[in-house]
Amino acid sequence: MKALMFGWEFPPHILGGLGTASYGLTKGMAMQEDMKITFVIPKPHGDEDQSFLKIIGACNVPVVWKENSWDYVNQRVGSQMHPDEYFWLRDGIKYDFTRIYTNDLGCIDFSGRYPDNLIEEISNYEAVASVLAHQMDFDIIHSHDWLTYPAGVFAKQISGKPLVIHVHATDFDRSRGQVNPTVYGIEKRGMDAADHIMTVSELTRKIVIEKYFQDPRKVTTVHNAVEPLPHIDSFIKTPHKTKIVTFLGRITMQKGPEYFVEAAYHVLQKTKDVRFVMAGSGDMMNAMIDLVAKRGIADRFHFTGFLKGNQVHEMLAVSDAYIMPSVSEPFGISPLEAMQVGTPTIISKQSGCAEILTHAIKTDYWDIDAMADAIYSIVKNPAMFESLSKLGLDEVNNIRWQDAGLKVRAIYESVM
Amino acid sequence: MRNICFYFQIHLPFRLKRYRFFEIGKDHYYYDDFQTGDRIRNVVEQSYLTANRTIAEMIRSSNGKFRCAFSISGVTLEQLEQYAPEVIDSFKELAKTGSVEFLAEPYAHSLSSVFDATEFERQVKMHTDKIEALFGKRPTALFNAELIYSDEIGELVSKMGYKTIMIDEAKHVLGWKSPNYVYSHSYAPKLKLLVRNHKLSDDIAFRFSSLSLSAENFISWISNLPEDENVINLGMGYEVFGITQPAYTGIFEFMKALPYHAMEQKISFALPSEITKKNESAGALSVPYPISWVGNDKDMTPWTGNDLQQEALNKLYAVGERVRMCSDKPLLLDWLILQSTDHFRYMSHKDPYGTNYESAYEAFTNYMNILADFLERVDSQYPSSIENEELNELLKTINQQESEIERLEDEVKKLKVRKAKKEE
Repeated sequence: MKALMFGWEFPPHILGGLGTASYGLTKGMAMQEDMKITFVIPKPHGDEDQSFLKIIGACNVPVVWKENSWDYVNQRVGSQMHPDEYFWLRDGIKYDFTRIYTNDLGCIDFSGRYPDNLIEEISNYEAVASVLAHQMDFDIIHSHDWLTYPAGVFAKQISGKPLVIHVHATDFDRSRGQVNPTVYGIEKRGMDAADHIMTVSELTRKIVIEKYFQDPRKVTTVHNAVEPLPHIDSFIKTPHKTKIVTFLGRITMQKGPEYFVEAAYHVLQKTKDVRFVMAGSGDMMNAMIDLVAKRGIADRFHFTGFLKGNQVHEMLAVSDAYIMPSVSEPFGISPLEAMQVGTPTIISKQSGCAEILTHAIKTDYWDIDAMADAIYSIVKNPAMFESLSKLGLDEVNNIRWQDAGLKVRAIYESVM
Repeated sequence: MRNICFYFQIHLPFRLKRYRFFEIGKDHYYYDDFQTGDRIRNVVEQSYLTANRTIAEMIRSSNGKFRCAFSISGVTLEQLEQYAPEVIDSFKELAKTGSVEFLAEPYAHSLSSVFDATEFERQVKMHTDKIEALFGKRPTALFNAELIYSDEIGELVSKMGYKTIMIDEAKHVLGWKSPNYVYSHSYAPKLKLLVRNHKLSDDIAFRFSSLSLSAENFISWISNLPEDENVINLGMGYEVFGITQPAYTGIFEFMKALPYHAMEQKISFALPSEITKKNESAGALSVPYPISWVGNDKDMTPWTGNDLQQEALNKLYAVGERVRMCSDKPLLLDWLILQSTDHFRYMSHKDPYGTNYESAYEAFTNYMNILADFLERVDSQYPSSIENEELNELLKTINQQESEIERLEDEVKKLKVRKAKKEE
């Protein structure tokens, strides 16, 4: 089975959870022996792990016919793809895309990020999809998140191959209900055209059915999983008297940081042996610093700013509890990462991952009392900490991408 | 003659209210009266009243030949007195027929038999007193909470003067042996063990409607058992009648038909104490580790299986001795209610039967908050810097000081008289 996937991010250069999920899922699927995956991203950096799939950079796919010599092409894109592939793909240009600004190779310069002209990049991505759809050989098209839906739909129209789309988030999650009509339009068209829709949680599935008016039979939940940590033994938990409770993520409305501050305030009324850490950055950071000062708990509440790579796991490992009070979280992979290093987690019931976790504390995001109670219980009762830590680790080790991959495979087969 | 021994367990715990950590030290009332009351009204209406009426009718129509036993925990009796006194009256009516026996059990339906022998003894005595006060007869048979039993517990029970104890059919204890005989304690032979017939009991309790069981069939199973298997112990929760098996399944009609079919097959009904008197022990059963009546493993794991439960139980029973020295009435009542097995069952990850919490962790957090407040109150009774033994001595001195003073005054008087006489 050959799958053509459209994505937007791929590790190691990632900006959000989408890249992590794309990597995990494709790696899990690659364990099926007959599975060949071609993964398209706007702009690869050349250091992506290609051992289990093939990566095509949309920025290296010609959409306008330009005459160039083999050597010149080799010199330009040789580090990322074979020049022969460039010429072969060039034969797939069937439409006139000269209206799009292209470089000397006839390729489009993608930023690969989330720039201001995002809508333009999305439609340019569509042009690339048309070339690939004409030239490549595949059995199914798989689009990850709304940015790539138009590309997937176009590829389907050209090739006649079935399209499945993977909903990692909807605009209802990002905006607390105040959706952007353009984004909604793109999402809706993609879902309407898809042969099957995969969502990362039941929560998201419900949104897709209710807000995007999709047939429930067409929507299936495939929960995310988590990659095993390679250097798990390097994180050693040392018991310390002052406990650390951590919030880690973008400090934005969606993540509910203010509820964490209020819960911290509650806990500090009763005990002083706790420190609270808010790691990450975002548009609500200054407001949170203000709130902490106003509550008079600044001596016990710390901001670290944005954490990168291994710092994230180190922070999680030294914490005695991890909290994610998200107002709306399609899945939320970070609690699973916290559990991997043996840190008890408290998550909001409005998070997709709550659906598959037993050994985590679940509260409503607005229920500050319950959250504070859970924090207090973890820092005061060693049995609570030990149970959550030990059983949580066992649980998370059994949430594997290859199982998610099998579910995706079954969906592929159902639409072929 | 073959005998069926029916016994029914009635226990409902006091529901704990949502108790957050910031209430520790401020709020000393731990119960959700609405939930407790609502639950008990529900069970009373759907089950207990109808079931009691059914049993009264069965006794009447069989001329007292139908007999059965009840084990009602002390905390449940208190709830019934408070919320549904008509049920107590209806049990008193049953008691008057003489066909009903009430069994002893630890007052709080607690795990004290495993964790705190002194407390167990105290609670069984409390419960026996209560049963005698309500129903006029002192129990001689004992039903430990959740049918927990081990040699050690048996020895204790035997020393307390009980002649019969109910246990469950645990495969690893009985092996090839049939539950349908009377057995005895492995080294205290005066104590007889009545083994619950696990299959036949659960056929009624859990499989009645799925099997479409009829009284005639059920009795024929019993009459087809090997000839010398004479005692069939059928034990179940009383809420089987009307709740686990709702009225529309025909469970009440099934019960009513039982005595007729039993008599037809020359099978009679007997009370636990009667069976012990009439039957000799077929052999001793050795139970080194505690068994219970839950699940297939019949062990203690539903209450003590994980770290949370261990922690809560250890913290609770660590203060047992100290609490028993206190005289503060509300404190002593809370001590009882907090011991009910249910609170620990709710902390089970695998099998939190009857829980009103969303997870084991929530149950644990709530319970530990309450326990923290309770422990503070225990501490405030007497300073924790004093060891229990020392405190005991001091309390003795304090309690006895009046009689001591009296004695000394007497002595002084006598001496004065003697002195006066001498001077004369």
